[in-house]
Amino acid sequence: MTAEHLDGNALAGPLGEIFAVDVTSATGRCAHCGLTGPVASLLVYGPDPGLVGRCPGCEEVVLRVVRGPGAAWLDLRGTVSLRVNLPD
Amino acid sequence: MGIISRGFQGRRRDAGDRLPPGQYLVDDFPVLSAGPTPRVPLDRWEFAVDTEAGQTHRWSWAEFLALPQETPTVDIHCVTKWTKLDTTWQGVSLDVLLEDVETAADYALIYSYGGYTTNLPLEDLLDGQAWIAHRFDGEELEPRHGGPARLIVPHLYFWKSAKWVRGIRLLNEDYPGFWETAGYNNYGDPWREQRYEGD
Repeated sequence: MTAEHLDGNALAGPLGEIFAVDVTSATGRCAHCGLTGPVASLLVYGPDPGLVGRCPGCEEVVLRVVRGPGAAWLDLRGTVSLRVNLPD
Repeated sequence: MGIISRGFQGRRRDAGDRLPPGQYLVDDFPVLSAGPTPRVPLDRWEFAVDTEAGQTHRWSWAEFLALPQETPTVDIHCVTKWTKLDTTWQGVSLDVLLEDVETAADYALIYSYGGYTTNLPLEDLLDGQAWIAHRFDGEELEPRHGGPARLIVPHLYFWKSAKWVRGIRLLNEDYPGFWETAGYNNYGDPWREQRYEGD
């Protein structure tokens, strides 16, 4: 890890505003290269102008979160799926 | 006589008059990035203009440097609210780069090494309003600030001034770029405080 980016745990706060579960512990699949892993393992650039989570395998954008006044924008087009563990 | 854009050439005003609403002044030059810094060898660097008719105009690094150079001094305004006054650049005006390009397009999509994109009306790139800059403050433009070359379009928020610029696609229809598809304003006029979608 370099000083240029943060790790995926930096997403916990902003995503915690949107989702009821802790998405950083969910397992995501990169739409570009297919790598799977926890959201917390993403390379995160930001926080300004927005958080950009990149795949640790191919560095393509997996998700983006922008927090503005009164709204948040979440872009998941770089994510094929998120596996969220839930109780039975 | 054309309109002289704020902060460029015209008589210097008080710093307060030059600060758009909601902005504060900085003396340093903050770095904001949406990804890793691309390293572009100059012997492989090129700048391209792709027209809506499918024609492409290309410049190598040497061809780009051989074009007429300008040294604009401009104020820059980041959407994260910092403003830096009197930044000095060296580069090539988009008026020069687009001079021999036949187009009837209304829109431009800027694209960069590393995959970044940003969109703006083509008219905002013309008439002395925009440059492809390769020197800042008398020095080669550092990679973290967008070197080898970046777009400078100071009358819009600075996310429009794409770092590591690779080319411009001229389009008949507007095509929102990286931040413009994630909540940021499609145009980004700092004097109208157009930060987010709907501002």
